[in-house]
Amino acid sequence: MVEEIITSGRMTPEVDPILHIWGWEIPLYLFLGGFAAGILFFSALFTLQNKEDRYSMAVKVLPLAVPVLLALGLGALFLDLSHKRYFWQLYTNIRWESPMSWGAWTLLLVTPLSIVWAASWIEDLFPKLDLRYDWLKQAIHMIRDYQKPMAWALIVLAVILGMYTGILLSAFNARPFWNSAIMGPLFLTSGLSTAAAAIALLARDHAERSMFTKIDLVLIAVELFFIIHLFMGFLASTQVHIQAAEMFLGGEFTVPFWVWVVGIGLAVPALLEILELRKRGVPTFVPALMVIGGSLMLRFIVVEAGQASRWLY
Amino acid sequence: MRYAMAIDTKRCVGCSDCVVACQTENNIPIGYCRDWIVESMSGTYPELQLEIRSERCNHCSDAPCVRACPTQASHVGKGGIVLVEETECIGCKACIASCPYDARFVHPEGYVDKCTFCIHRVEKGQNPACVDVCPTHAMIFGDMDDPNSDIAKLVARRKWKTLIPEAGTKPNIYYLL
Repeated sequence: MVEEIITSGRMTPEVDPILHIWGWEIPLYLFLGGFAAGILFFSALFTLQNKEDRYSMAVKVLPLAVPVLLALGLGALFLDLSHKRYFWQLYTNIRWESPMSWGAWTLLLVTPLSIVWAASWIEDLFPKLDLRYDWLKQAIHMIRDYQKPMAWALIVLAVILGMYTGILLSAFNARPFWNSAIMGPLFLTSGLSTAAAAIALLARDHAERSMFTKIDLVLIAVELFFIIHLFMGFLASTQVHIQAAEMFLGGEFTVPFWVWVVGIGLAVPALLEILELRKRGVPTFVPALMVIGGSLMLRFIVVEAGQASRWLY
Repeated sequence: MRYAMAIDTKRCVGCSDCVVACQTENNIPIGYCRDWIVESMSGTYPELQLEIRSERCNHCSDAPCVRACPTQASHVGKGGIVLVEETECIGCKACIASCPYDARFVHPEGYVDKCTFCIHRVEKGQNPACVDVCPTHAMIFGDMDDPNSDIAKLVARRKWKTLIPEAGTKPNIYYLL
C-alpha cells in the first residue's frame, strides 16, 4: 500500500495538531443568532397576516426575548475576539467579500430594530403599564404606525441573519466540512425550527401550540432533507470532502451527530410531535426541549468538525 | 511585480535554520513559528521517497484570508505580499480558518501573525532571513513577473509543484522537485 507519513516540528497553539481557534463562543452565538432570527421571522410573518391576536406568543411575547438573545450572542462573539480593543474596526469597514463583515453590519441593523419591534407590542402586552413620560408614549404610538413596513424589513433581515449563521462557515473553502452551500439553508431551517419549538413550548393557547407544532414538524422534515443532501454532496465531491463526511460515517462524530442531533434532536421529537397532534398525551415541552437542545448541539458539532477537517497533512 | 519563493526539495536537509532565523529576525514568541519544516515519507517499502520542505505562508495570489477578513487588516502589500495590520486586526480568527495551509496563528498579544516574506528586509533590497541563512542554498526569493530574475529562470527550467493548488488559492511558493 502506498502511504505517506508526514512529520512536522510545528506545534502552534490553537492550530496544531488540530485547528481549534473557535471554542464554545462561536457555536453559542450561531445558535442564539439563528434562534433570534427564527422568532423575528414568525413574529413579522404573522403580523403581516393580521394574526397577531391569534398567535400572540409568537407575535408579541417572544420578540421581547430577542434583544436579550442577540445581546448574549454578541457578548459571546466579543469574548471570542483575541484583539478586543480593536473590535470597533468592524464598523469602520465594509467588506462585501467577508461574511464576518456583512454579518456584523446585519446585526447592527437587526439589534436596534428588534428593540423597536419589541417596544411596539408593549401596550398590547401590558395595557395597564404607565409609561410616565409623554415623549415615550408618543414614540411608542409612532412606531406602532410603522409596524407593517417594519415587519417586511424584519422578514428580510431575519432570513439574512439565519442564513448568515451558516454561510459564515460555508465560505471557508479551507475547511472541507464547512464548505457546503447547504450550510446556509440548514442553519436557517434549524433556527426557524428552534423558534417554532420555543413558541410551542411557551404558548398558552391550544390553537397556537398545535399550529407551531405542525410548523416545526415541517421544518424538521426539511432539515433532515438538507442533512441527507449535505452528505450526498460531500460523498460526490473531492477526496478531502469525502474524508470530511467520513468523520460522521464511522469516524469520531458519528455517535454525537447521528444519535444526539439527528436522533434525539430531530427524529424522536418529530415522532413525539406527530403523537402529540394525534392527542396521544405527549406533553408539548418534551419534543420542544429536544428540538432546542438538538439545534444547539448541531452548531457545536458542526463548528468542531469543520475545524477538524482539512486539506493538508 | 510578484514576489515568490522557490524551495529546492533536493537541497533542503531539514536543518531548521530557516525556522530559527525567522524566529530571531521577527522576534517570534517561544512556541510559535512563521515557517516550519515538514518531512514527508511516501511509497511502499523498500521503494520509499523522502521529501523535506520548508513551509510558510504561500502569499497566494487569490488569498482567502484577505477575503475572509472583515476589517482589511489582512491585505495585499507591495509585490503581492500578504500582510496583517496589527492595529486593524480584531482577532476574529476568520483568516486562520480560511487558510488551507494553516500558516497563521494568534500572537500572544492578540492579533493574527504570519510570514511577511521579511518585507522590512525586502524593502531594503535584502532577501528574507530564511533565504539568506539557508546553509544549502535551497531557497531563492525574487520577482516571478521578471523573466530575467533568478527565480523565474529556475522555475522555468526545473520541475516544480505548489502545495494543494486544487484549493484554488494560486500559491506563490514553488517546491522544486
